[in-house]
Amino acid sequence: MDQVTAQAATKETTYREAVREALRDALKRDERVFLMGEDVGHYGGCYAVSHGLLAEFGPERIRDTPLSESGFTGAGIGAAMAGLRPIVEVMTVNFSLLALDQILNTAAAVRHMSGNQFGVPLVIRMATGAGRQLAAQHSHSLEGWYAHIPGIKVLAPATLEDARGMLWTALQEPDPVLIFENVMLYNLSGKLAADAGAVDIDKALVRRPGRDISLITYGGSLWKTLEAATALTAENIDAEVIDLRSLRPLDDATIIASVSKTRRAVIVDEGWRTGSLAAEVAMRIVEQAFWELDAPIGRVCSEEVPIPYPRHLEQAALPQAPKIVAAAKAALGRG
Amino acid sequence: MTAAADKPRLTRAHMLELLRQMIRIRRFEDKCAELYTQEKIRGFLHLYDGEEAIAVGVIPVLEKRDRIVATYREHGHALVRGVPMTTVMAEMYGKQEGCSRGRGGSMHLFDAATNFHGGNAIVGGGLPLAVGLALASHMRKDDLVTACFFGEGAVAEGEFHESLNLAALWGLPVLFVCENNLYAMGTALSLSESETDIQHKAACYKITSETVDGMDVVAVEAAARRAVHAVRESRKPYFLECRTYRLRAHSMFDPQFYRDKTEVENWRPREPIIRFEKWLDASHMIHAEDVARVEAEADAEIAAAVAFAEAGTWEPVEQLTRFTYADRAAG
Repeated sequence: MDQVTAQAATKETTYREAVREALRDALKRDERVFLMGEDVGHYGGCYAVSHGLLAEFGPERIRDTPLSESGFTGAGIGAAMAGLRPIVEVMTVNFSLLALDQILNTAAAVRHMSGNQFGVPLVIRMATGAGRQLAAQHSHSLEGWYAHIPGIKVLAPATLEDARGMLWTALQEPDPVLIFENVMLYNLSGKLAADAGAVDIDKALVRRPGRDISLITYGGSLWKTLEAATALTAENIDAEVIDLRSLRPLDDATIIASVSKTRRAVIVDEGWRTGSLAAEVAMRIVEQAFWELDAPIGRVCSEEVPIPYPRHLEQAALPQAPKIVAAAKAALGRG
Repeated sequence: MTAAADKPRLTRAHMLELLRQMIRIRRFEDKCAELYTQEKIRGFLHLYDGEEAIAVGVIPVLEKRDRIVATYREHGHALVRGVPMTTVMAEMYGKQEGCSRGRGGSMHLFDAATNFHGGNAIVGGGLPLAVGLALASHMRKDDLVTACFFGEGAVAEGEFHESLNLAALWGLPVLFVCENNLYAMGTALSLSESETDIQHKAACYKITSETVDGMDVVAVEAAARRAVHAVRESRKPYFLECRTYRLRAHSMFDPQFYRDKTEVENWRPREPIIRFEKWLDASHMIHAEDVARVEAEADAEIAAAVAFAEAGTWEPVEQLTRFTYADRAAG
């Protein structure tokens, strides 16, 4: 890469285009890579992510599948085990439940269960999250469930850089990696370095430094949390925003370093509160930094209901900037 | 491969080899049942008694480079494939010298050296995996065949239908081998399927299908030769239904309320080893001392396997989480 000329150059792009560029790049760089899933080819992807790739790479490598989530996810596992580098697109996390057997009982288990004789270098991408008035069966945020499973890695790209850069790094992993793309982010636009490429998938990142409280989040909630942090400045509260990026493994060091500095934490997670990833993050803080805390840890999660269709009810069910502001103020004793 | 290669070789040496492999499996598993009662082997133990002719008829027809996906009733498949009996027995014991480091046990025998992609204990779970292995062959344009074994219980699973459709739709070199032993655990086929003629289901997906007497090892081998040849040449799937019967309980916990003892007794004379021995005897291909010798050899191999497993070691607890992910230090 010509660093000198490329470094300063940026281009206007969207999250959708960044994922597409990541796919195109991977397909060009490694002939073992192929994309497989429902409507990835002729339709161009349910969210238009893979639009144009069929014409560019052909039907063998941009492989439309029947509505057989378990079948084609399992086929991705087998192909990965045999040395290919499949990218399986499960249209949304809602349908991934039909493939859960293959993900949990085979992909995640086989390396350990076989005594390290077989591995599954497979990437599974899926859309997650609510906000498009798609009602209870199309609005889940189950990435926290997947983060429960040893043997896989779970990523949540929230920025253009991560949408562009996580895929290639995930494809270098010898074990299964699940990538969750929040549906509300596909239209996110902004500037991306023209030479943007692979990024690490191990570290949480401080997206906004601050000294008064740590707001810890990931994925689609990152932008609501940053919005809340901006609003908090009006209250003279300087919030630090942590983007987890990897939900499994969690980067404890970055979380604990932040909380040890700010002494307060609120976790923002679009999953339901009970048994949530937010609960896991909070408990890790308690285990590792209890004596650093000046206040109880707060959580902003989705309300414990199936996500409803009407916009006002749907929005009320999800984490929102005002709720995050309120939780932060409560943690600071300003509620 | 020529057409002549599709035909079984009815030589004395080959017949003795088929008999030897079946006896080897039967006596190995008899020993496993005994070791189970002694609590040397724990967990689930599913025996293949009555079904040995299928693994013995099909697997030697495959090439070394071919791949196998099996079920949780897979001791026979592993042994015929050439996974050493010592490491299979050590795996049953849970010792780290086992073929899966002792981590899988009876239901999860794996062996990369022989392309044995495991015992899968989720009914139907192995079929998509086999489709994926064959998809890799298809995309790389190699000539491998992936053989996928499963019971008739898997036919009720969605994964069966998804996998047959994918294999046929994409033209993938999978040999589907249905071991139809009439019972999915305790539920008879007639109580679980509206269409009990299973090969019809494969035909619906435009997959060439064939039914064979799964307790006749020569017939199974003949069918397997046709099937493997067809898959290797056509690069398309093939479906072989082997009709058989499980003479023992589903697992060691099964009191068998669901079938009469007389039903089992009626099947016993049709079981593959005695039947084959009688046929060989009538054809003057073997003598009583041949059987005695084969049995003695199997017993010696089993004794050595038990000694190996007994002498095996437990994986240190410190290694409990190792290989949940690949070791990165080595890479």
